[in-house]
Amino acid sequence: MKKRTTLKLIAAAFVTLSLGFNAHASEPIKIGAVLSVTGPAAFLGDPELKTLQLYVEKINKAGGVLGRQLELVHYDDAADAAKANGFAKRLIESDKVDIIVGGTTTGSTMAMYPLVEKATTPFISLAGGVPIIEPVKKWMFKTPHTDRMAAEKVFEDMKKHGITQVGLLSETSGFGQSGKKETEAVASKYGITLVANETYGPKDSDMTAQLTKIKSTPGIQAVFVFGLGQGPAIVAKNYAQLGITLPQYQSHGVASDDFIKLAGPAAEGVRLPSPALLVASQLPANDPVKPVAMAYEKEYKERYKADASTFGGYAYDGLMLAVDAIKRAGGTDKEKVREALEKTKGFVATTGVFNMSATDHMGLDLSAFRMLEVKKGDWVIAK
Amino acid sequence: MLAQFLQFLFSGVTIGATYALAALGFTLIYNASNVINFAQGEFIMLGGMLTAFFIQSGLPLPMAILLAIAIPALVGLLVEKLAIEPARHADTVTLIIITIGVSLVIRGVTQVWLGKDTHSIPAFSGNDPIHILGATLLPQSLWVLGVTAAVVTALWWFFSRTLMGKAILATSFNRTAAQLVGINTNFVLLISFALSAALGALGGILVTPITLTSADVGIMLGLKGFVAAVLGGLGSGLGAVVGGLLVGIAEAMAAGYISSAYKDAVPFVIILAILFFMPRGLFGARVTERV
Repeated sequence: MKKRTTLKLIAAAFVTLSLGFNAHASEPIKIGAVLSVTGPAAFLGDPELKTLQLYVEKINKAGGVLGRQLELVHYDDAADAAKANGFAKRLIESDKVDIIVGGTTTGSTMAMYPLVEKATTPFISLAGGVPIIEPVKKWMFKTPHTDRMAAEKVFEDMKKHGITQVGLLSETSGFGQSGKKETEAVASKYGITLVANETYGPKDSDMTAQLTKIKSTPGIQAVFVFGLGQGPAIVAKNYAQLGITLPQYQSHGVASDDFIKLAGPAAEGVRLPSPALLVASQLPANDPVKPVAMAYEKEYKERYKADASTFGGYAYDGLMLAVDAIKRAGGTDKEKVREALEKTKGFVATTGVFNMSATDHMGLDLSAFRMLEVKKGDWVIAK
Repeated sequence: MLAQFLQFLFSGVTIGATYALAALGFTLIYNASNVINFAQGEFIMLGGMLTAFFIQSGLPLPMAILLAIAIPALVGLLVEKLAIEPARHADTVTLIIITIGVSLVIRGVTQVWLGKDTHSIPAFSGNDPIHILGATLLPQSLWVLGVTAAVVTALWWFFSRTLMGKAILATSFNRTAAQLVGINTNFVLLISFALSAALGALGGILVTPITLTSADVGIMLGLKGFVAAVLGGLGSGLGAVVGGLLVGIAEAMAAGYISSAYKDAVPFVIILAILFFMPRGLFGARVTERV
């Protein structure tokens, strides 16, 4: 009895395998994704997965890509880099995907890359860290801006307002610490001195101690907060409680309506760099990003009854870049798709206009970031 | 200089009161069953999350708060009935592991049902800070401190002056003996879980306007609450409060005077020292274990 079951299993395995080898044109294009749908980065991974599901379905309804349907294979790494590595292995070895979109966090992305490179599979990451594209890795691309660009955009704005002495308050998460490193690295380029440099934990519920210290630093002209999720909202609340009147800058990590909702009136006057999606309707009519961002916003809202976030936008960009490259490559030959991705020019997506090259696997410049300010409980483009 | 010190102190006392409320929940269940209930943090989370949910559904604040205390209390009852009671003959360690499992289930169900986003609720008496000698304090912090004080007093009265409270203590000392003198020990356990869940939820509601809430805040609150409970001496209500305040103030002072980078290390250094020199905590019972 037992033996027979085993035989059956082996037979079944062979059938499955032989089906797998008999690939022909009408077979679906497999898109793999490892996203942090649960865990501390869930607010990133959740809209990313929803966006991928929404658009894979939409593209399939419209007839697919090159006459082939798309198939999304996704796993949840719960923001655990070790799990991401395991799932990448599964995507490559048992699911045999044609291209991978995702890797929500920089940690997960970097843990997946060695496998991806060995399997020579094109990989578009949705994480922000600089190490993903510097130095350029042959098979890896990314859609969001880097944290260095966020710091540069903020410093550019500070310079415009004559601010040179800045206090930095960063989160001890991967995002915050990478942001801190990049901020420290580019500060001198903009003639800015970091006169205070404090940190807080991602789950901390009170930052008045750090802010009191920053507030009493002599000569300080502005505060720059680098963090994700709820921490920066608490910082904004504490800022108001302590009656600090210095200009407050935040990072793109909190570029969402949630930030205003959580911080309430304390969010007034906060400035930050953000992808255009957040203020799509306020963009000038001749901005190429406007129609793409507005269409994405509308479709996401119709389907999920929730506001689209810039994080979901990164996933939209990743998927569309992949589809565009597969179309131009005329199939799913991995080397051809990789080459096509690298030759992406003037591709308009929600985050900005992508111009990739052999030396730039992100393809965005500072103009893709907009400086926003909270006014009367809403985001407006800062003057 | 004084203003700065006061600000650090206020900041420490506010966080500390949060830890103290969490620590009280540990104390209550520990007193009844010698079990350290690692699901305590999840009750705190439920309080905040449910209030946010009910307010978003349009209920007035008092109604939302009432429901957000009643539902976790019910969850506490169910946890005891479905997870703890069937295993009541197991070791304490086994029961503790069960509570860890329970915490995972509660957190998971909340994430699926109420989502993974961070929520906030309006402060009870507005957001205008109170200025004291150059430092500021939020009115909500006074709510947290006041209610914590009231809860400690009520618990002290409950355990030392009522029959039910004494029955709970008796059960923790010796369950068989308690049964022999006619105490319904199952009921005692049931009540203590419901009570500590309601207490946790109340704490969660009070701190949400200051700290915000999401489905995963329970882990950290539970952990810090546990540290506070051990520091104060497990089983002592007063100890839980003093432990909580000490941990909070130590954190704030470290962040203010040394560096925020070392802030999280300070409570653990304190607890190491305490466990080294006073293994039963600051206010723990002085008992000797018979071998």
